[in-house]
Amino acid sequence: MLKRVHFPSSALPFLLVAPQIIITLVFFIWPAAQAIYQSFLIEDAFGLSTEFVWFENFQILFQDKQYLATFWRTLFFSAAVAILSMSIALILAAFADRVVRGATAYRTLMIWPYAVAPVLAGALWVFMFNPTLGIFPFLLDMVGLDWNHYLKGSHAMMLVIFAAAWKQIAYNFLFYLAAMQSIPRSVIEAAAIDGAGPVRRFKDLIFPLISPTTFFLLVINAVYAFFDTFGIIHAVTQGGPANSTTILVYKVFNDGFVGLDLGGSAAQSVILMFLVITMTVVQFRYVERKVEY
Amino acid sequence: MASITLKDLVKAYGDTEVLHHIDGQIEDGEFVVIVGPSGCGKSTLLRMVAGLETVTGGEIHIGDRVVNELEPADRDIAMVFQNYALYPHMSVRENMAYGLKIRKISKDEINRRVEEAADILEIRPYLERKPRQLSGGQRQRVAMGRAIVRDPQVFLFDEPLSNLDAKLRVQMRLEIRKLQQKLGVTSIYVTHDQVEAMTLGDRLMVLNGGYVEQFGTPIELYDRPETMFVAGFIGSPAMNFLPAEVANGVTTLSNGAQLGVAQGQGNVVLGVRPEHLEPQEDGAIEVQVQLMEQLGANTLLHGALKGTDTEMVVSLPGHVTAAPGTEMKFGAAPENMHFFAPDTQKRIE
Repeated sequence: MLKRVHFPSSALPFLLVAPQIIITLVFFIWPAAQAIYQSFLIEDAFGLSTEFVWFENFQILFQDKQYLATFWRTLFFSAAVAILSMSIALILAAFADRVVRGATAYRTLMIWPYAVAPVLAGALWVFMFNPTLGIFPFLLDMVGLDWNHYLKGSHAMMLVIFAAAWKQIAYNFLFYLAAMQSIPRSVIEAAAIDGAGPVRRFKDLIFPLISPTTFFLLVINAVYAFFDTFGIIHAVTQGGPANSTTILVYKVFNDGFVGLDLGGSAAQSVILMFLVITMTVVQFRYVERKVEY
Repeated sequence: MASITLKDLVKAYGDTEVLHHIDGQIEDGEFVVIVGPSGCGKSTLLRMVAGLETVTGGEIHIGDRVVNELEPADRDIAMVFQNYALYPHMSVRENMAYGLKIRKISKDEINRRVEEAADILEIRPYLERKPRQLSGGQRQRVAMGRAIVRDPQVFLFDEPLSNLDAKLRVQMRLEIRKLQQKLGVTSIYVTHDQVEAMTLGDRLMVLNGGYVEQFGTPIELYDRPETMFVAGFIGSPAMNFLPAEVANGVTTLSNGAQLGVAQGQGNVVLGVRPEHLEPQEDGAIEVQVQLMEQLGANTLLHGALKGTDTEMVVSLPGHVTAAPGTEMKFGAAPENMHFFAPDTQKRIE
């Protein structure tokens, strides 16, 4: 017996989804296929001939100390960005959750940085931390700290972490606030009557109850730090000094378009592609079902 | 154990006053039910006692302390919420132990008290489960267990049974009453259900529009309602109200019928409960029946006072048959006739 309603097939549904499919094919599938194909090629120094070399590009990469260093640097950068932006967002959301008056204005202001383009966010931080003109080096100088991210790799790394984390705070804040507000008020009140103060309530109740959101944001922030921070790094440090802020995406750009090692660059982007696929799978598998409830 | 005193209590949101100068004394070990229609301020009043709402004016005493400025945690109270408010990520045992853990009571003592409470409430088999694995009634017991392990001075109940189905509600109602009698803890219970209020409370505080209409035992409220609101709210089906005129000790109903019982002078409202109307050969209250409802134990007759469109309900014991259009004569004992002033809505003595 037929359980579902069957309609006569027509071209209309295919026509309606066609634009989306075409966009996906042209801008996602085709370039991805190109990248995979290119990662199997090596060009000579003058770009006159190409040779099909199977996995040689990948072999070279995994033996390259610089590439491995970039890998670890990227992990450190992502972890730092995720932890910094998530913890600041969490604290702000915890306070915003308690605000009664002017809550809307406060929340709107909190969301603004998310609308700033990465390059502009980077530019903003470059100006604020410019060693000769910036306000922060001037203030730091007063307490005896010599800030110079043009020369010191650690300063440069800190700066791109700050800039990248700052931009992501708004996004994390929104999700955390929404999660906190979906906790029934009476549960919090019950804990207050049970004798838990605000800090204790946060630790014992709010934080465990929003853990699905924390997990979701962790994945989102990792993906953001891995892939969407190119603009910030390009505007702030260009990967320098001495590659100290070169993360994987930046190295793809640098090796490919500056160093013109197209095969190696393509191989790197293929590796990144598999990373992002893995993260997306993880996110769909674990985030969709709730962690704590 | 403690008594609770409300002195001239006022709650306002901005310029809007929602509770108007409430006074009341709740004795040690007493079970008081605050009852009223939704929006009358009963939950607000309870939450002020709990410390979840600020006090705009007046004083709340628990025992000999003024608790106005105390945090909920420092008031030595326990509250049962309408939606149970269990901690969803903790097991039943952890839920019940949480308040004790915060008070830094030893592990053995916590376990002893949790298990004792679990035995009283018969939830011992569920101690290791999470709240979502429990039914509504079981969750309600856990919420009560969380209140009793703390051994507080006061229990506060905020419509705890309204999420349960009718049968379970009756059962839990009895259990709450038994539990309170056994533990002897001063309790305040908020509900909009007058049957729940009548059966549970030692005394009822009837709230309407932020005013206390009457504060007394269920029988006092039933036998001697002080206002028309209380008269209409307590008892089911609700009291009949008949506009009437009193002159020289005689009450004249709007259809001209006369009764020899009277209070006050001039325009009054005569209130008679449906169950207090008795069929009498020479009864002065004549009802034209429009509809009959047979409930088995009794029969409800819906109709109107003859010659008027004042609606009336009569409740007669056992099976009675009356075709629509039948006219029947009723009378009532003088002590069951209540007279109210139409302007102030207050009882006339």
